[in-house]
Amino acid sequence: MLKFVLVKLAQLVPTFIGVTIVAFAFIRLLPGDPILLMAGERGLTPERYAKLQAEYGFDRPLIVQYWDFLKGLLHGDLGNSLVTHSSVVNEFFSRFPATLELSIFALAFAVIIGLPAGVIAAIRRGRTLDHTIVGISLTGYSMPIFWWGLLLIMFFSGTLGWTPVSGRISFMYFIQPVTGFMTIDTLLAGNWDAFLSALHHLILPAIVLGTIPLAVIARQTRSSMLEVLGEDYVRTARAKGLSNFRVIMVHALRNALISVVTVIGLQVGLLLAGAILTETIFSWPGIGKWMIDAISRRDYPSVQGGLVLIAFLVMIVNLLVDVAYGVINPRIRH
Amino acid sequence: MALLDIEGLSVRFQTSSGLFPAVENVDIKVDRGEVWSIVGESGSGKSVAMLATMGLLPWTAEVTAERMLFDGQDLQRLGSRQRRRIVGGEMSMIFQEPMSSLNPCFTVGAQLDEMIKQHRGGTRRERHERALDLLAQVGIPDPARRIRAYPHQLSGGMSQRVMIAMAISCDPRLLIADEPTTALDVTIQAQILELLLRLQEEKGMALILITHDMGVVAETARNVIVQYAGRQVEKQEVRSLFAAPRHPYTEALLSALPERSGDADRLPTIPGVVPGQHDRPTGCLFNPRCRYVTEHCREVAPIPAADDPAHTLCHYPLNDPQAATPPDGLSPRSQQQDDNPEVRP
Repeated sequence: MLKFVLVKLAQLVPTFIGVTIVAFAFIRLLPGDPILLMAGERGLTPERYAKLQAEYGFDRPLIVQYWDFLKGLLHGDLGNSLVTHSSVVNEFFSRFPATLELSIFALAFAVIIGLPAGVIAAIRRGRTLDHTIVGISLTGYSMPIFWWGLLLIMFFSGTLGWTPVSGRISFMYFIQPVTGFMTIDTLLAGNWDAFLSALHHLILPAIVLGTIPLAVIARQTRSSMLEVLGEDYVRTARAKGLSNFRVIMVHALRNALISVVTVIGLQVGLLLAGAILTETIFSWPGIGKWMIDAISRRDYPSVQGGLVLIAFLVMIVNLLVDVAYGVINPRIRH
Repeated sequence: MALLDIEGLSVRFQTSSGLFPAVENVDIKVDRGEVWSIVGESGSGKSVAMLATMGLLPWTAEVTAERMLFDGQDLQRLGSRQRRRIVGGEMSMIFQEPMSSLNPCFTVGAQLDEMIKQHRGGTRRERHERALDLLAQVGIPDPARRIRAYPHQLSGGMSQRVMIAMAISCDPRLLIADEPTTALDVTIQAQILELLLRLQEEKGMALILITHDMGVVAETARNVIVQYAGRQVEKQEVRSLFAAPRHPYTEALLSALPERSGDADRLPTIPGVVPGQHDRPTGCLFNPRCRYVTEHCREVAPIPAADDPAHTLCHYPLNDPQAATPPDGLSPRSQQQDDNPEVRP
């Protein structure tokens, strides 16, 4: 098992190098200049501009700048934000728990609804319930996130007034961050009302962010269940006189999960991408919103650093999925 | 009272082009401790009839029967919970593809344990002991190690032994073996058949062996049902079947055996294939392939004569001294030579 993990880790190295190149190059391909943007409408004298360029090192050849970036990366230093002048790593990780909390709730929502929906659709194959589930999940998959988010806000927050429009928690509460997870911190503070408020703020963004993964998980579960239900060992399980529930939930689902887990792992990357839009819609103070702000200010260190960190996290999650795959599929393990 | 008593069993599948009759009007009566064989080509509905008995067909199958009793209990009327108590417990089944019949995600031990737990219960320790004992009974070396193995670590023969261990784990009174040796290589085939017969004798259970191999029938069964295109065409005690087949199809199957073909260069074959959904002939279903076919056969579907103990589904049964010989003087081979039905061929 250790060898399996080490091999997988080694395979990540080239991918990671590719990511650094892309992250470094793309932000510089965008038109706009961070120093001119900093100066704002007053403008800059050419002397001052040249001085600032030299100060931030933007006057050096790109390859040298890239080399610097890589060196810093290996030392765990991604430089300082051009805007706030504080360390990119700190900026990232102070916001990351908000995104992680949102993503976890979104994924939980997607799995808790998507998995049973897929199983039910497979069992009721070709009947009304199946068509309904497949139809809804296709709709969910095709829905643009920003539009879906706005629709939900208009209906649940606007018309019904059930949920807040934006933010992580009501302004009434101040919670000392411990873990960075609002739901956990409010509980640690023993403030039940604040916990409910945090939960309230989470519902809509989590649903919006979880919709596409839900659709993908439901469809994958359905198709792999259909495949598995036709297998000989499912017939064997029935021939044992087991209950229908046990045949489906133990013998069939266990095998169907192998491909579903892979798909869930792939969703994690999409979740972080989706988080950028979702956080913008709901003013959620996570890395998605932070990245958007950094891009619009051409904050080179924040953008390239943020991208590399996100890519790194996605790769780690995929590695964990590969390991989980080995755990549920004995044919890989042995 | 017979252990398994089925009369007029029919199974039809809903397909996109209408109902397809996979099994029509099949009767099976098996007493305690008897060994029966159901023989026929692929597509003759042998497996489907037994899967219907076990209640293992998908929902697209429509199963009807005039009578379907197991040990006096009406399988058609039982609730699903009571039926599950019989299936697996008192009546169990093994299948053609042992490698894919075991769940790849669970160890051999877990799959055996599940079956024992379902029908017999007992503590974890008792069940474990029983599982080890069963693996030893079916001839698996080093059961203590094998019990922790996953199916993909076993060979086909080993997998089938595990399937057999599972099937007999709750001391069933009837074991249905659906072509248990077809997927295995020849040396293993004989071992598995021997094992099944030994267990049948030791435990006194009834055994229904589905096969397409007349050689297997000769070595194992006491009674034979021959099925063709979903219909039962003949039912006989094995020795008299081999000595004096009544249905032209049975005769053709027998003459395709290497042992019977003498020193001919090529084995005789039966031309054509079993009719499917779209090419069912009128009259007798076997008529396009029958060497004794007449115009009458092509027009009128046969029904078994009331006084025929073999229930031969043929207008002109062979080897019957009382019946009229087939027309055109195409009289088949031998007359009955069978005096001693107790001796196996």
